[in-house]
Amino acid sequence: MSDARLSDPAPPRGRRWSWTDPKLRSSVIQITLALILVWLAWSFYANAEANLSRLGIASGFGFLDDRAGFAISQTLIPYNENMSYGRAFLVGLLNTLLVAFFGIILATILGFLVGVARLSKNVVIKALASAYVEITRNLPPLFQIMFWYLAVLAALPTPRQSWGIGLQPIFSGIASGLSAIGLGGLAAPFSGLAEGVGAPDVYINNRGLILPRPVFGEGSSGILIALAVAVVVSFIIARWAKKRREATGQQFPVFLTGLGLIIVLPFLAAAAVGFPVHLEVPQLRGFNFAGGVSVIPEFVALLIALSTYTAGFIAEIVRSGILAVSKGQSEAAHSLGLRGGPTLRLVVIPQAMRVIVPPLTSQYLNLTKNSSLGVAVGYPDLFAVFAGTTLNQTGQAIEIIAMTMAVYLVISIVTSLVMGWYNKRVALVER
Amino acid sequence: MKRFLLAAAGLLSLVGAVHAGTLDDVKTRGALNCGVSQGLPGFSTPNDKNDWSGFDVDFCRAIAAAIFNDPTKVKFTPLSAKDRFTALTSGAVDVLSRNTTWTMSRDTTLGFNFAGVTYYDGQGFLVRKSLGLKGSKELDGASICVQTGTSNELNVSDYFRANNMKYREVIAFGTLDETVKAYESGRCDVFTSDRSQLAAVRLKLTNPADHVVLPETISKEPLGPLVRHGDDQWFDLVKWTYFALLDAEELGVNQKNVDEMLSSPNPEVKRLLGTDGKYGEGVGLTPDWVVRIVKATGNYGEIYDRNLGPATPLGLERGLNNLWNKGGIQYGMPVR
Amino acid sequence: MSDSTSGQALSPHAFVSAAFREPEPPPTSDRGPLRWARAHLFGSVPQVLLTLFGIWLLYAVIPPLVRFFITDAVWEGTNRNACLPADVGHSVGACWPFIWAKINQLTYGFYPADERWRVNVVYALGALLLLPLLIQKAPYKRLNAIVFFGVYPVLAFVLLTGGNFALRHFLLGYLGFDGLFPAGAEVGGLSVAFWADFILSSALLALVAAGISRAVAGPGAGRGAARSTLIVMALLGVVLLAADVNFGLVPVETRLWGGLLVTLVIAVTGITVSLPFGILLALGRRSKLPLVKISSILFIEFWRGVPLITVLFFATYMLPLFLPGQLTIDGLLRALVGVALFASAYMAEVVRGGLQAIPKGQYEGAMALGLPGSLMMRLVVLPQALKLVIPGIVNNFIGLFKDTTLVLIVSIFDLLGAMRAAFTDPNWATPTTLFTGFGFAGIVYFVFCFGMSRYSMALEKRLDRAQRH
Repeated sequence: MSDARLSDPAPPRGRRWSWTDPKLRSSVIQITLALILVWLAWSFYANAEANLSRLGIASGFGFLDDRAGFAISQTLIPYNENMSYGRAFLVGLLNTLLVAFFGIILATILGFLVGVARLSKNVVIKALASAYVEITRNLPPLFQIMFWYLAVLAALPTPRQSWGIGLQPIFSGIASGLSAIGLGGLAAPFSGLAEGVGAPDVYINNRGLILPRPVFGEGSSGILIALAVAVVVSFIIARWAKKRREATGQQFPVFLTGLGLIIVLPFLAAAAVGFPVHLEVPQLRGFNFAGGVSVIPEFVALLIALSTYTAGFIAEIVRSGILAVSKGQSEAAHSLGLRGGPTLRLVVIPQAMRVIVPPLTSQYLNLTKNSSLGVAVGYPDLFAVFAGTTLNQTGQAIEIIAMTMAVYLVISIVTSLVMGWYNKRVALVER
Repeated sequence: MKRFLLAAAGLLSLVGAVHAGTLDDVKTRGALNCGVSQGLPGFSTPNDKNDWSGFDVDFCRAIAAAIFNDPTKVKFTPLSAKDRFTALTSGAVDVLSRNTTWTMSRDTTLGFNFAGVTYYDGQGFLVRKSLGLKGSKELDGASICVQTGTSNELNVSDYFRANNMKYREVIAFGTLDETVKAYESGRCDVFTSDRSQLAAVRLKLTNPADHVVLPETISKEPLGPLVRHGDDQWFDLVKWTYFALLDAEELGVNQKNVDEMLSSPNPEVKRLLGTDGKYGEGVGLTPDWVVRIVKATGNYGEIYDRNLGPATPLGLERGLNNLWNKGGIQYGMPVR
Repeated sequence: MSDSTSGQALSPHAFVSAAFREPEPPPTSDRGPLRWARAHLFGSVPQVLLTLFGIWLLYAVIPPLVRFFITDAVWEGTNRNACLPADVGHSVGACWPFIWAKINQLTYGFYPADERWRVNVVYALGALLLLPLLIQKAPYKRLNAIVFFGVYPVLAFVLLTGGNFALRHFLLGYLGFDGLFPAGAEVGGLSVAFWADFILSSALLALVAAGISRAVAGPGAGRGAARSTLIVMALLGVVLLAADVNFGLVPVETRLWGGLLVTLVIAVTGITVSLPFGILLALGRRSKLPLVKISSILFIEFWRGVPLITVLFFATYMLPLFLPGQLTIDGLLRALVGVALFASAYMAEVVRGGLQAIPKGQYEGAMALGLPGSLMMRLVVLPQALKLVIPGIVNNFIGLFKDTTLVLIVSIFDLLGAMRAAFTDPNWATPTTLFTGFGFAGIVYFVFCFGMSRYSMALEKRLDRAQRH
């Protein structure tokens, strides 16, 4: 210490509070901070230790192998009450990811549409889009979730008075359409399907949306392989088309070709193995539906609320992103002879994306984090299943809350890494 | 930065209370903190002025009367099923009197002690009359609403499995109100819970007559008050408050005759009311502690009849909750 | 993209026109209602379709809403019968008597009726102090801010809780001087033991601070450190004094608070607490000291990476286990701790944005004047940065305001929670109760959030103009 002081001239007058040696100062501050942090961590640890042993609460992660004993209303992987808490954790995690995945897709589509609509020349559309943005952004997401669940979806009819929507008319319509244009051979499977499915197969009621479940018979793997092949071929075509465009300027309808491939190839494969797929149709049995797949209203309410709420923010991001592209860019594109559509697609949006992507990422993360609000309406996401039910049954608050927080943190970190990579890719190369 | 740290250190030094026993804490505070349910007719309901009444509430009032000779010195904390244990663990309440089922894991690994079984109950099913169900064996394929964090949530899937039935789905909600709301809106066919709770919930529905509790009882649900591990004196006090209520009923001591009973020659009554021996001091109170309890709330039977009995809207028969010598299994340990 | 043309030979597909095109005639005037309609409504077939779609949407939404909330609504009544279509005789819209019946619960929760004037005083005082703060031209900004951020919270705290906290001794008891003060000794509603302790520990702290600074930076620094410590402790003492004195107010526990009161208390506390902590964290994140930097980054990214509801669960379920023994913390306070941690992390990022926007020249200028780091921040950088981030802070506040609804998941009844509790009242079970309740709560939330967002936009515009000069 005395050395440090010697190296300094006497501190100037009037600056009584200055620590003139920055090195010394920084080490003092850091040591103090380290001491405080260590003290905090130690006292947390010691207190938790003391409290847990005083109360006789179990600790450790052994509970993950114990029998869960409770049912979960939506499971993407096989689960029943005889399985472990660890399995319940997985079920909850997948439910969180499911609602986040669909929520992000819906919110992005809706957000882009509304964002573009806000820039529309059409005053009616513009006003509607503005109203949408203001309303969705200024109401709490939990309020919106509860509104959709308690007020809207609960008002749907009971199972016995369900609204039925038939697949039958659709299939027979396709069959007659095909035979009308002289493709009678292809019509056969459709009329077969139409007969097979019988009267309404899709029902909407206050228990959710009940759909027929496809049951895959023998040989179904061929269809999957065909689908995979179609996807790979589409990718190859897209790359080739891009190369050709860059070399010659000629366009190729990549999207349509790909879509056609992805539909036609699996269909041909299915025809080749003789349509091994049939639909398990929900039926009203007793007081409830049996069979089929049901999309529970908790999921629907959460999905609608999250995607409409987030779409409001995305719309604003998209709008400011597009506005950030200078007008000269689209004027230049027009003068090159590009029309409105290609201008937007090839010139404006790629540049706007640079502005849009970073805030968009944080909106996606917000949506994922907000999905934990499903607990308020009984949606069995990670939070409800794990930090709710499991926490209550086992009482192991520290382990469970730490695990739950860790999952969200990992999701956050992975998303920011992926988006960081994307950001780097689209970033402007400045010289 | 430094100044801030110093100020923070000063603040931290202010935190840190010296902890005595729960009874001493309650006495210093001047009130008992009691955790109850968030509004269940017959067990614990607040009126518009936030005055609480009910079976579980009266048990806490009995403890308060024993300590302070004043049944109003209780602060009630309404707790949902999922919050109740944390509230007790964290010390936010001194006793949890919230129709909680006595289970082994709660008694051991969760870190609590059950003081007794104030109400022997079992799990049942509430359904709409219009479904025309006769018994719970007909519930195959049903959608079931249940409150999360309860033993009911665990029992129901076991019951279906044991009876080779399949539920369509079990939807777990965070609070009783949410669960009931979901049942009432038609989200589920069945609401399952303890039978006493079903009876209480039915009264809260818009048209109670449209709903019926199915006859079967699918589980044992011994409900009782609990305290946290680590304070035996407090545990004794809560436990013996419960026994004293039962003993008072058994010995015929009630709110009206308690003063006369003080001169009773019956040695059992004398020990109970503290005219002989100083048993109350064993739980850290004065010998006449039971007199205060009975004066304030009456004996067990009076509490039951006032809140749950046939004369109340709930109209629950004593059944198992009768005294052991009247066909039930309520059995107060002797004061000796 | 930028390198595609330069230096490359023209591709064979390039096309260069050999002749000038004929100039097009000047565009016709685009004024007048018809022209306007053509430009904005009916320009092309898709435009027409869009317009028609929009008009249909408006037609499908607005008239039913007006019917529900105004023309078909029931305005008077004492119970559900007033709102049952069967009893009224026509279709029924909103059931406003339901709101009138529950309005006290929605604004005050279970706050005792006789004491509600205290809440009203807090509301009124808050509005009275906030308004001139928001208006740019109002005078005494500095004084106003000090009163609003310094005095008002203490006042509100005492008014709402009733004050008169029995502060116990904390130091002398440990050291075995229990007998020195008779238990519960009070002078004018103040516990003597506590204040003896407080003065003693303030003196001790000042001594320690003086010692450290003296050892580190010479004798002059010691006196300064002691003085500033004493000032901090004296300010803290005033706050504690306010909480300790018996003003004769009936204590009202936070369990009884509810509705809008809780919503506002959480939002305002969250933002007030998060501001200083957010600034510290933001400075920490930009610090050159590795430990300070890393711990700030970890803190900020941790709380920003998890949902608020897990933070609330952390505060409600885990925090009690981390605290010594039987130290119990009030349920609302626990939620407030969670909200404050969460909001601080977000605030830090907002402030960091402001710090980054300050041109490097400002730093260099301050350094050239010989200002040490702390003074440079306090006098040059922070005033500019904070002014820049006011809109960001307001936006943060809007987010926080919306997030307060989450406390209902940990059983604290804010406005939305109180509304949901009101829904379960069988006396008001009607087909339209839910929509009425959601309508009312929605309007309240919307008015608050929309108002604030407009304010923040206006601010942004003004700042923008100020920046451009």
